[in-house]
Amino acid sequence: MKLFNQANFAFIEKRRRAYIFSAALILVGLAAMIFNVFSLGRWQNYGVDFTGGSLIQVEFHQPTTAAELRAALGGAQAPPITRFGEDNEFTIRAPLENDDVETIRARFENQLAAAFESDVFTIVRTETVGPKIGAELERNALLAILFSFFVTMIYIAMRFEFRFGLAAVIATAHDILITLGFLAMFRVEIALPTVAAILTIVGYSLNDTIVVFDRVRENLNAKGGRRQDPLELVNHSINATLPRTVLTSGTTLAVLLALLFVGGAVIRDFTLVLILGVAIGTYSSIFVASPALLEIQKRFGDGSASRERRKKRGVPATA
Amino acid sequence: MFTSLRGRIIVIIALVAASLGYLFTNQIKLGLDLQGGMHLVLEVDDPEGTMASEARADAIDRAERILRTRIDEFGVEEPLVQKVGSDRIIVELPGIGLNDESRAKDLIQQSAFLEFKLVLPVTELEAALSRIDRQIVGALGVDSIRALGRNEEGPSQDIQNLIFGGQGADSTQADSTAVEQGPEAEGPSVNLRPFTSLLSSGDIEGAYLVGTEDIEVAQLFLALPEVQLAIPRNTSLHWEADPIGLGQRTYQRLMVTEEDAFVTGEMLETATAQRDPQFNQPQVSFQFNRAGGRRFSNFTTQHIGDYIAIVLDDEIVSAPVVQDRIGASGVINMGNSDMVQAGDLALVLRAGALPARLAIMEERTVGPSLGQDSIDRGQIAGLIGVVFVVVIMALYYHVAGILAVMALTVYGVLVLGALAAFGFTLTLPGMAGLILSVGMAVDANVLIFERIREELTLGRATRTAVDEGFAHALSAIVDANMTTLFTALILFQFGTGPVRGFAVTLAIGIVASFFSALYVTRTFFLLYLSGKKASDPISI
Repeated sequence: MKLFNQANFAFIEKRRRAYIFSAALILVGLAAMIFNVFSLGRWQNYGVDFTGGSLIQVEFHQPTTAAELRAALGGAQAPPITRFGEDNEFTIRAPLENDDVETIRARFENQLAAAFESDVFTIVRTETVGPKIGAELERNALLAILFSFFVTMIYIAMRFEFRFGLAAVIATAHDILITLGFLAMFRVEIALPTVAAILTIVGYSLNDTIVVFDRVRENLNAKGGRRQDPLELVNHSINATLPRTVLTSGTTLAVLLALLFVGGAVIRDFTLVLILGVAIGTYSSIFVASPALLEIQKRFGDGSASRERRKKRGVPATA
Repeated sequence: MFTSLRGRIIVIIALVAASLGYLFTNQIKLGLDLQGGMHLVLEVDDPEGTMASEARADAIDRAERILRTRIDEFGVEEPLVQKVGSDRIIVELPGIGLNDESRAKDLIQQSAFLEFKLVLPVTELEAALSRIDRQIVGALGVDSIRALGRNEEGPSQDIQNLIFGGQGADSTQADSTAVEQGPEAEGPSVNLRPFTSLLSSGDIEGAYLVGTEDIEVAQLFLALPEVQLAIPRNTSLHWEADPIGLGQRTYQRLMVTEEDAFVTGEMLETATAQRDPQFNQPQVSFQFNRAGGRRFSNFTTQHIGDYIAIVLDDEIVSAPVVQDRIGASGVINMGNSDMVQAGDLALVLRAGALPARLAIMEERTVGPSLGQDSIDRGQIAGLIGVVFVVVIMALYYHVAGILAVMALTVYGVLVLGALAAFGFTLTLPGMAGLILSVGMAVDANVLIFERIREELTLGRATRTAVDEGFAHALSAIVDANMTTLFTALILFQFGTGPVRGFAVTLAIGIVASFFSALYVTRTFFLLYLSGKKASDPISI
């Protein structure tokens, strides 16, 4: 079996459509973030990891609805209650107060005990995060993403040429922006693992882009490569790596889908972000990274001019 | 020897055997989110930020040592006490469920600062009482105190409001309300002696009695800085921990002691929990070291007939009278507590006092059932994912695909073996990362196989095509894996807890997949080709 054997899709010609598509996705995401700022007070639905506060997960051993639980915890004044995966599991989020988790939990336990039989429910998880930790987490996540951009840009600039590094980072930033837009739109709760998932997307997206770029590099360095029409060369490279792109995304997605459907609730959001990231990362390695490479070349040249200059001056050619 | 076919096979078998060996002997350490347990992040409690950073770092250093001693004795398997940065301690207690949570927290947070102080007769304070009363009236204003007095049955939440409502700039406004409420107010005597009126004379000469319902108000008064200044030099006031019942009411003793302790817990040699032989109540017996014992016996010789307060974290745990010269040992009666509490107190006394109060910045507790559930589900998901990958690879690349799956098996064993061998912790996101890496580990194989196919299409002989395929795919595999590895390392650097676990499994996965694709798959290919002529077709 061979997929896309001798494929010759005109990916690069369709880049304008891809730009519009990407721009639309990004704009919708940004709109969702702005909407969240006004309706939620924050651009994303941050979980207690970021906002600080307490989270308590209760498991009921009998059919229980969120409404019953809400009634038990004070009706309209009840803290936010979310069903968590299984039918009878719920998380209760309490905002940060001066009380420690013990006090909050004791209060919930008393309220639950008053409304339900004591052997019907078990508290299976509690989390309390101070405000300082949450702020640090946000800063660290941002730093990690920026830092990884910086390091990979340097690495790719060294191994390829500078424009490749820039294009790869643009594509990856595009993926992260769209993913964050989706998260904002569906108000997926941002927890600690979500940050890990986003960083993984950085890795995956780069991975995918580099495979295409590797082929571009190879074709460029082949005899007559630099004289070839860059557009055609890049397009050819994308098509040549297409079977691999599809197959790798396919196996990765297959594994992630298994994780999504049977992996359990704790890991669900994490998996969802990864699936989203793999899909967008695959799209961007074809429709964003390579066109970006061409656009950079169109505006700033392919570096050959400066290479020539350096040669004349006797400076070794670097990226 | 690593390049000949036999050498390659030996290397692979040796690595697999070593991995399996580590897996069975070491087992993989599970993170708290998988096995259940408690995770705490502690910092020196310094809300105003007044502590110098060196002092804080020093306090954290000493606190880490003391916590380690305490927790080692607590009897949890594989606990972790780790300093992070210069001002933070992480404590991980596997297996501490939601029921032992508060006990574990007490053990960690209790300062356990033990002091022995001489109890003074209350007459030492008598002269200062009127000054204290005046200071309270001056600080809080007449009307808020009047309101406090009225609120006798439930002075809990309103107190703060009342106090802050009556303070400072609001005083004119407060005065006007006082005029309105004037007729309702009870006798003015309450207002004139707000503190003294709460005190009853005690059953021993160094103690006042305060009714249990008045304690909150009294503590509020005593906490005022003005009142602290009004307390005579070299005396201090301490509450007794347990209330006493007299007739219908319960009281708590407020004792006047010397400010300086004559011996502190630093001079303790050891402490043990035991039962009082007479009343069968739990108690903690302690033993001083030589210097402490000498000081203790000298002091008690001079103070026969006096009371001594044993003060633990500012509260008096017992106040025995000195019957005779006491040597190097003594007991703390634990009253209503149980043996577990006595054992914990003995433990924290042995380990020593914390140099500063520790605040909990972050706390996560996962029950064991939830962790087990995650493991079970993760295993099923992983299994299904692997089946998907096997089917896809075999359908698409036939024999070569099966070779890749075999290499993938080696990959899986190596990753798990490395986790066990280096003692890395597997967390829930880490498990997801592991499953994800199976999908991604195929990538290197796919790159190689696609390349071989291309070379075959170009009309190269089988053996050449295979060699070329591996050679040409190398740069893409190296560069792609390197960038992902960088991301994993950065994630490790900036992440904490479960995220770090994820970064570790991701990084191990990358290294192992690199090896498995370039070395193991290659070996299997060589094995597959070894029976063939250079131009025989292969199934790819």
